[in-house]
Amino acid sequence: MEQQLDGQKPVQKASPEMIHSLFLINHSGDIFLEKHWKSVISRSVCDYFFEAKEKAEDPENVPPVLQTPHHYLISIYRGKLFFLSVVQTEVPPLFVIEFLHRVADTFQEYFGECSESVIKDNVVIVYELLEEMLDNGFPLATESNVLKEMIRPPTILRSVVNTLTGGSNVGDTLPTGQLSIIPWRRAGVKYTNNEAYFDVIEEIDAIVDKSGTTVFAEIQGVIEACVRLSGMPDLTLSFMNPRLLDDMSFHPCVRFKRWEAERVLSFIPPDGNFRLMSYHVSSQNLVAIPVYVKQNISFLETGSCGRLEITIGPKQTMGKMVEALMATIHMPKSVLSVSLTASQGSYTYDITTKILIWDIGRLNPQKLPNLRGSLSMQTGVPKPEENPSINIDLKIQQLAISGLKVSRLDMYGEKYKPFKGVKYLTKAGKFQVRT
Amino acid sequence: MTDSKYFTTTKKGEIFELKAELNSDKKEKKKEAVKKVIASMTVGKDVSALFPDVVNCMQTDNLELKKLVYLYLMNYAKSQPDMAIMAVNTFVKDCEDPNPLIRALAVRTMGCIRVDKITEYLCEPLRKCLKDEDPYVRKTAAVCVAKLHDINAQLVEDQGFLDTLKDLISDSNPMVVANAVAALSEIAESHPNSNLMDLNPQTINKLLTALNECTEWGQIFILDCLANYTPRDDRESQSICERVTPRLSHANSAVVLSAVKVLMKFMEMLPKDLDYYGTLLKKLAPPLVTLLSAEPELQYVALRNINLIVQRRPEILKHEMKVFFVKYNDPIYVKLEKLDIMIRLASQANIAQVLAELKEYATEVDVDFVRKAVRAIGRCAIKVEQSAERCVSTLLDLIQTKVNYVVQEAIVVIKDIFRKYPNKYESVIATLCENLDSLDEPEARAAMIWIVGEYAERIDNADELLESFLEGFHDESTQVQLQLLTAIVKLFLKKPTETQELVQQVLSLATQDSDNPDLRDRGYIYWRLLSTDPVAAKEVVLAEKPLISEETDLIEPTLLEELICHIGTLASVYHKPPSAFVEGSRGVQHKRLPGSTGSGESVESPDTGSAAGVSDAPPAVIPSQGDLLGDLLNLDLTPPATTGPPPPATSGLQMGAMDLLGGGLDSLMGDESEPVTTRRERPPIPLRTGTPQSPQTLQQSPSPPDYSPTELGGDLGGSSAMGAGFGAAPAAMPAPVSGGLDDLFDLGGGVGMPMGAFSPPKIVWLPAMKGKGLEISGTFARRAGVFQMELTLTNKAMSVMTDFAIQFNRNSFGIAPAGPLQVLTPLSPNQSIEVTLPLNTVGPVMKMEPLNNLQVAVKNNIDVFYFSCQYPISMLFVEDGKMERQVFLATWKDIPNDNESQFQIKDCHLSSDAASNKLQGSNIFTIAKRTVDGQDMLYQSMKLTNGIWVLAELRLQAGNPNYTVSLKCRAPEVSQCVFQSYEAVLKN
Repeated sequence: MEQQLDGQKPVQKASPEMIHSLFLINHSGDIFLEKHWKSVISRSVCDYFFEAKEKAEDPENVPPVLQTPHHYLISIYRGKLFFLSVVQTEVPPLFVIEFLHRVADTFQEYFGECSESVIKDNVVIVYELLEEMLDNGFPLATESNVLKEMIRPPTILRSVVNTLTGGSNVGDTLPTGQLSIIPWRRAGVKYTNNEAYFDVIEEIDAIVDKSGTTVFAEIQGVIEACVRLSGMPDLTLSFMNPRLLDDMSFHPCVRFKRWEAERVLSFIPPDGNFRLMSYHVSSQNLVAIPVYVKQNISFLETGSCGRLEITIGPKQTMGKMVEALMATIHMPKSVLSVSLTASQGSYTYDITTKILIWDIGRLNPQKLPNLRGSLSMQTGVPKPEENPSINIDLKIQQLAISGLKVSRLDMYGEKYKPFKGVKYLTKAGKFQVRT
Repeated sequence: MTDSKYFTTTKKGEIFELKAELNSDKKEKKKEAVKKVIASMTVGKDVSALFPDVVNCMQTDNLELKKLVYLYLMNYAKSQPDMAIMAVNTFVKDCEDPNPLIRALAVRTMGCIRVDKITEYLCEPLRKCLKDEDPYVRKTAAVCVAKLHDINAQLVEDQGFLDTLKDLISDSNPMVVANAVAALSEIAESHPNSNLMDLNPQTINKLLTALNECTEWGQIFILDCLANYTPRDDRESQSICERVTPRLSHANSAVVLSAVKVLMKFMEMLPKDLDYYGTLLKKLAPPLVTLLSAEPELQYVALRNINLIVQRRPEILKHEMKVFFVKYNDPIYVKLEKLDIMIRLASQANIAQVLAELKEYATEVDVDFVRKAVRAIGRCAIKVEQSAERCVSTLLDLIQTKVNYVVQEAIVVIKDIFRKYPNKYESVIATLCENLDSLDEPEARAAMIWIVGEYAERIDNADELLESFLEGFHDESTQVQLQLLTAIVKLFLKKPTETQELVQQVLSLATQDSDNPDLRDRGYIYWRLLSTDPVAAKEVVLAEKPLISEETDLIEPTLLEELICHIGTLASVYHKPPSAFVEGSRGVQHKRLPGSTGSGESVESPDTGSAAGVSDAPPAVIPSQGDLLGDLLNLDLTPPATTGPPPPATSGLQMGAMDLLGGGLDSLMGDESEPVTTRRERPPIPLRTGTPQSPQTLQQSPSPPDYSPTELGGDLGGSSAMGAGFGAAPAAMPAPVSGGLDDLFDLGGGVGMPMGAFSPPKIVWLPAMKGKGLEISGTFARRAGVFQMELTLTNKAMSVMTDFAIQFNRNSFGIAPAGPLQVLTPLSPNQSIEVTLPLNTVGPVMKMEPLNNLQVAVKNNIDVFYFSCQYPISMLFVEDGKMERQVFLATWKDIPNDNESQFQIKDCHLSSDAASNKLQGSNIFTIAKRTVDGQDMLYQSMKLTNGIWVLAELRLQAGNPNYTVSLKCRAPEVSQCVFQSYEAVLKN
C-alpha cells in the first residue's frame, strides 16, 4: 500500500485494510473461528486454500502465500492449526506472517498451548485479544506484557473468583508500558525475591554426507531470559567472546549502539520471560559436530529384504555427556516392517508413516549404541530409489557448542541485590545424516 | 469452567433464550449472555437479530461488558444502520470519559462502524482525541482518521483532519508518529496526487528519529515510507543508510526485510569506490542468512526476495552458498526456492559442491523436487562452462538409474547443453537413444526428436527412430508434432535419398490431416521451400543456431529494478510488478531505482514475467505483458519463447505478416519453444552515472516504450538472410502444390488487401405513403475514411420534385451533413436518383435513445418530411483506432470491471484470422492474439470519432460457432451499439 504514494488516482478504491480477516482452521479442514476486522468476508474464500491443501498432501507443504481472484491468502501452520489471513491489497507478507506467529505465540502464552480445544474453551478472551492486537489492520498491542495488563490470562482461581464476584478479565486502567519509550515493561513491578536467569540455548543445524563429511553446519543460538526484578532495573550482560557471533537479532529493549561500540548487551528488561537475543554462528566458522554416525542401509536388488546397521559415537563433545540421543529415519514406502536389535534404548517403527525412531538416551563412549537387523520389503516392487536420511536429536547440558560464554551480569538503577544465573544447553536442530 | 459452554445451546429457541438473558436484570447474567452471542459470532452464526438487546447492554461501567458490546457492534452495525444510531450517544459520552482507555476504545470503535450517519457524529470527538493529552488516545485517533477516510474521504478533507494528521508526524511520542505515518501512507494510496507524504529532509529526519523508538510494526511503516524517498545526493543517502542499518538486527523479520529494501535502494546512489559501500555490502549478508533459520513461511518469503537480491547484487551472498543447501525436512516450497538460488549463486569456485548436492537431491522422494534438481544440473552446465563435462556425466549417471521422470528431465536438459556447446558431447547420443521408448512426456519426446533431427547424420537409424514416432502422429501434442515435422525435414535435407517417403508422409500428415493451423502453416512453408529451392531450404532449415545463454532465466533488468523497489511486498513474492496483479492499484507508477536512468538507456517496459513467476499464475483474462508479446512472436502453443521487446507499432497488416514470420522462423530454426532457448542476452544497464539523480527519476511517468531496431532484428530471426528469404516467399513464387497451398494464399490475400468497411444494405427510411410520394431509402458507409450517407430518392408521386434539402436533429455523436444535398436536377415522376451525402461529426450533441438514432428532416418543394434511422456505430470508428499494446493492457486494467459487458455472437463460422481481417476493415483493430486451450482470444481496440476508446476481447474456438465478445469502455453506454456492429460486421 505505501508503495503507491506517487501513483495516479485509482478508479477502483481498494480496501486499505492490511489484514482483513482471520480464519482458524484445524487439521481436518474445519474453520472453527473467524474474525473480521472490517466487513465480513465469506468463508468460501477459504476454498482456494483447501484446494491448495489438498494438492500439497502434507499440511506442512501448503504454500504460505496464495493468490485468489480478489484476495491474497497468507497462512502459517502452527501446532496442527492453520492461521489463515485474508488480505486485499499489497502488504508486506512477512508483516502478516510475523503477526500471525505473534498471535499464535500469544495464545500459547495465555493458554499454555495453542490448540483447537483450548481456543474454543477461551473463545471470548481470544476474541478480545484479537481485537486488542489489531486495529484497522494496524498491529496495536502485541507485547504480551502489555496485553496481559489489558486482558488478564485465565487462571482457575480467577475464573472462580470472577464467577463469585462478577469480576472481569479486562483490566480497566491503561497499561503503563503502552506509551513510554519502554513499552515492554510495566511500571511498579515488585518482587520479594529478585532474580534474573538466562538460558543460552544453541541448536546445531547440519548436513553430514554418507562418508561422514560435514556438508553444511551452523549454529542457531538464543538467549532466553526470565527476569523478575522490582522497579526499573538496567542490566548489562557481557560475554567472554562476543566476536564469535555472526549475526544477531535483539529484543527491542537492547541498546543497539552500545552493542555496536562495546559488544555488551545493555537493556531495561521486560518483566517475566522473554527472548533477549538470537544469534547465528555460520558455517564459515568451524562448527563442532558432537557425534558421528556410522551407518549402512542397503536394499537388495533381488528378494524382499534389506539390511540396516547404525552405530553412533561421540565426536566433539567438549568432554560433556550427550543425552536424549535419538535417531529418526523416514523409510521408503516399500519397507513393510523391520526386525532389529538395539544394543541400547528401544526402537519403534510406524508402518503407516514409515518412520523408524530409535530412542537411545545417554551416549556411553565406552559402549557405543548400535542398531542392526533386517528390513522386510514389499515384494514385486523395484528397489527404492531414494536413500533415507537419518535425523539426529540430542542434548548436551552445560555447554554452548559455539563456545559462547557469559562473563558477567551487572545491574544498575536499583539498590537490591538480585539472584543471577546462566545455564547453557546444546541441542540438535535440523541435524541430518545422509545415507 | 470454559467458554465452550457458550457453544452448547444450539436449540431452535436459542435466539429467544439469549434475548431473555440479555434483558435480564442481573449484571452477571447479561454478561454471560453477551459472551454467548460473541461465541456464536466467532463461528460464523448470524446473531444480528439481537442487535437492540445487545446495544442496550452498552451503557455500563463494566469495561469488559462494554468491550464485548463494542465487538458485537463492529460486526453488525453495517447491517442495522438505524439501530446503530442508538449507540451514538454512548460513544460520544465515552469519548469524554476520564479514563484514556475508554476514550480510545470509543473513538476506535466508532471508526469501525461504517455507517454514514455515525460518521457525522464522529467528527467532533475525533478532533478532540487527535489533540488529546494522552498519547495512547492520539495514536488511536490517528488510525481512526484513516478509517474515516475510507468511509468518507471528502469529509476528512473538509474537516481538516489531514493537516492534523500531518502535524502528528512531529509528535513527541514515537508511537503516535508511527501510527500517523501508517495512516497517512494508507490515505495517500487512495489519494495519490495530494502530496500528503511530503518527504523532505526535515520529515525524513523526524521519521528516522521515530524509527529508533517506536514499536516493531511502526518501524515497518516508517521504513516502507522511507523507501519512497529519493535522497538529494550520495551523502544524504549514506547518512540514511547509516541510520537504517541497526534495523537489520531486529528480531522481527519484516523489519529486517523492509530495512534491506531501503538499503538496496539507497545503495544505488553510493559510489562503488566508497569504503562505506563495501561495509554496507558486508552488513547485508548475515541478516539475510539469519532469515533462513526462521519459520518455513518466513523463509519462503525471504527466499523469494533473496532471489531478487542475488540477481541484482550477487556479491552480497556469493560466499553463502551452503545456507541454501536443502534439508531433508524443509517444506517443498522452501526446497524449490533454495534450489533456484543455488543455481544463481553457482560459479566456478563452488560448482563441485553444488553438483554434489544436486546429485544428492536427484535421489530424493519428491518428484517435483527431483525434476527441478535434474534441470538445475543442466542449468549449471550452461552457466559454468568448466563444469559442463562433469554435469553431462552426472546426467548420464542419472539416466542409468532408469527412473522414468529422471531420464525424461535429463534428456530435456541435455538438449539444452547441446545447444550451448555444439559438437562436444554428442557422443552421449547413443545412450540417449536407448531410452527412447520410455519417454512419455511431450517435452522429453520433443527434446529427443530435436536431438535425432539435429544430429541425423550421426545416427545411423535416425529415419527408423523418427518413423516410429510418426505412427501415432495425431495423438502427439502440438509441441511434439511440430518438432517431428522439423526433425524429419532436417533428416531429409541431410539424407535426401533414403527419406523421401518419410518426408512426404509427414508433410501430408501436417498439412492435410491436421486441424492445427500452426502445424499446417509450418508444413506448407516447408513443402514450398523444399519443392522450389532445396538449396535455400537447406540454408534456412539447417542454419546455424544461435547459442543459448546462461542469462535465460534471469529476470529482465527493468523489471528487476522495479521489483527491488518492492522488496518485502507481494510483488516481490510473485516476481511481478504490482501493476500486474494488485486489484485496484491501476496506473501504479513503475518504480525505478535511483541513479539508473539518465544513462542513455532507452526506457523499456517491463516486458517479461520471469519464467517462474508467470508460470504459476492462473491464466488471467488479460495476459500479462510478457505473455502477450511471447504469443505475438511465437505461434507454438507452448510456453512463450521470445521475451524481447515487442515489434514497433505496426498496422494490422504488417503485424499479420510478422506473426507468420516470427512463429515460423522460430520453429524453422529448430528452436525449442522453451524458455531457456531463445532469450537474447541484453546488455546490462549501467547503474551509476557520475552525478546523483534528481528526484524526478522516481516520479517519472511510464513513458511509451521505445525499442531499438537492432533488438528487433535480433528477435525476429537468428539470421537475417532467413528473414529475407521468407519475406519474399509467399508473394513471389507460384504455387507448386496446388490445392493444398490455397490456404496460405487465402491468408496472404486477406492480409494484403484490407477489406472495405462493412456497410448495411439500404432500407426504406421514408415510405412514399408518408412522404407524399417521395420514397427515401438509404444506408451509411465509411469509404476511404469518409463517413457518408448514401440515399436513393424515388419520386412516386405524379409531379416533379425540386428544391431538396436535408437537416439532422442533434444526436449522440454530433453527426451533421458536411455539405448540401446534391440533387441538381428535378426529380421526375417514377424517377430514382442516388445521392451521396458526406457527413462530419462536428454538429451539436445530444444523447439519443437508442444511442445511434438519427432524426432526419428532408425538405422538397412539396413539404418537409421527418424520419429517423439508425447508423451502425462502426461508421464512427476512426482509422487511427489501434492502440499500443502497452497502452491497451494498462487501459484494460484501468477501466473498472463494472464497465465490462459481454455478448454472444451466434452462428459465425470464421477463423480468427478471417474475423480479425473483417473487423479491421471496419476499423476494429486486432492488437494481439493469444491462444489458450485451443481458444483464440483477439484483443482489439477501436476509437470513436469523439475520442472514446472501446477495448474488446473476442474469444472464438475452432468448431464452436458462438463467439464471445467482452467490451470495456469508459462510456459503457456504447457497448450495446458496438456489439451490434460486431455482429453485423462478422456476419456480412
